[in-house]
Amino acid sequence: MAYGKIERDLFKTELNSIKKAGIFKEERIIHTPQNSKIGVVFPQGSAQKELINMCSNNYLGLSSHPDVVQAAHRGLDSRGYGLSSVRFICGTQDIHKQLEDKLTRFLGTEDTILFPSCLDANAGVFEALLSDDDVMIADRLVHASIVDGMRLAKAQTDTFKHSDMNHLEKKLRLHRDKRLKVIITDGAFSMDGDLAKLDRISRLAEAYQALVFVDDSHATGFIGKNGRGTHEYFKVVGKIDIITTTLGKALGGASGGCVSGRREIVEICRQKARPYLFSNTIAPVIVYAANQVMDMISKTSEAKDRLQKNTEFWRKGLLEAGFIIKEGQTPIVPVMLFNAGLSQDFATELYNQGIYAIGFFFPVVPRGQARIRTQLSASHQMTDLERALDAFVRIGKKFDILFKSKQEIIEKYGN
Amino acid sequence: MPDLKEDILDYIKEEYLDEDEDVEIGYETHLISGGFVDSFSMVSLKRFLETNYKIQIPDAKASPEAFDTVNNIVKLLNEFGIQ
Repeated sequence: MAYGKIERDLFKTELNSIKKAGIFKEERIIHTPQNSKIGVVFPQGSAQKELINMCSNNYLGLSSHPDVVQAAHRGLDSRGYGLSSVRFICGTQDIHKQLEDKLTRFLGTEDTILFPSCLDANAGVFEALLSDDDVMIADRLVHASIVDGMRLAKAQTDTFKHSDMNHLEKKLRLHRDKRLKVIITDGAFSMDGDLAKLDRISRLAEAYQALVFVDDSHATGFIGKNGRGTHEYFKVVGKIDIITTTLGKALGGASGGCVSGRREIVEICRQKARPYLFSNTIAPVIVYAANQVMDMISKTSEAKDRLQKNTEFWRKGLLEAGFIIKEGQTPIVPVMLFNAGLSQDFATELYNQGIYAIGFFFPVVPRGQARIRTQLSASHQMTDLERALDAFVRIGKKFDILFKSKQEIIEKYGN
Repeated sequence: MPDLKEDILDYIKEEYLDEDEDVEIGYETHLISGGFVDSFSMVSLKRFLETNYKIQIPDAKASPEAFDTVNNIVKLLNEFGIQ
């Protein structure tokens, strides 16, 4: 056996250094379906605790919706459990094609291809489309899976400062001689909850003949008038060449993702994208339920409206209570604490008071920008949010950070 | 003759710091391990050095350590005869 003491010690040392850096991740075990209230056991062996969940991506509250669960049952009964195949051999059912069509109509694009996850979509799309004659110019805060996808492609890479349109224009000018130029951004940024300026990005793309790529995972289903996403919010439907998004957040929360956009681009993905070609098709249960989700959100904006109401209540409540939040329109609401230790202590206090939210600090967010990221869901009842807000205020008072400036918090706790 | 160190520091400040960022960086600031330049954005730093000083930096030499401080970058450029 080659895995001896030397190898074991090597990995142990690495794990210890992760622990020492304070970034060792531990799973909290949930014993209930995903919802606004969940039963959690943490640490292992302790009693189950009911918590208000303020950190899931279950934006529309569909992860455990009875209609979605029932659809999954119908999918299991009518199309089986698995397909034991990639898509192009014997892994494409009628329901996969239906889902791709529904996503195309909903997103207002020309065509759609499903991937096992949005991470896979992002990992596959650039490598399939681009050559070393091309350049990818990405916002510096794009999701890690986009960074990985860009690393797999042969095209040159460049970045622009977060949402800085002057810097993006400078980069477009610098790379004007390239065959294809692709501007790459998230639609809604997951750590800050702000939206990419897609109206201005589209104008720059037209001026410099660039393509636009948007990962709208934290927007599809609830941003924009009909919830189509960030492109609808900025009135640029039809102008985004490539949209990737996920079924793993608002759209039922199971798994799966897609590339949606120009017909030829989607077809190239069908021919060349490696995660599509070499990974299993999405299970029928998930596809059937996702079809149900698309029908539900195309028919009524009820969940989206409730989410918006919850978001407005939460943002207003935190501001009035004296917290510093990252302002914006999305249900991702970061409560800024700046100091890493404070963000951890705050999250622990929240947990003790029945609220589940996570503290984020460097390297997940920039140094000195530690925060508690809260996320709203349509499944939150107003009483849940009132209880959560009360807990935030109590803990805010305890740490004496309410109505304090960033500078004052940093002076007290460091950054 | 313009100061090599200063030129590189100016470029890094302009390229990597946000306008509202209230941090100071100097010749010994850890750019990559300190989180100012992520390893992905390092590509543009390499391209700037290659274009500006008309050199080709082999990938093996373009390590995060070599780019981690302005002083390290200057040392790297010195290897290419840039003073």
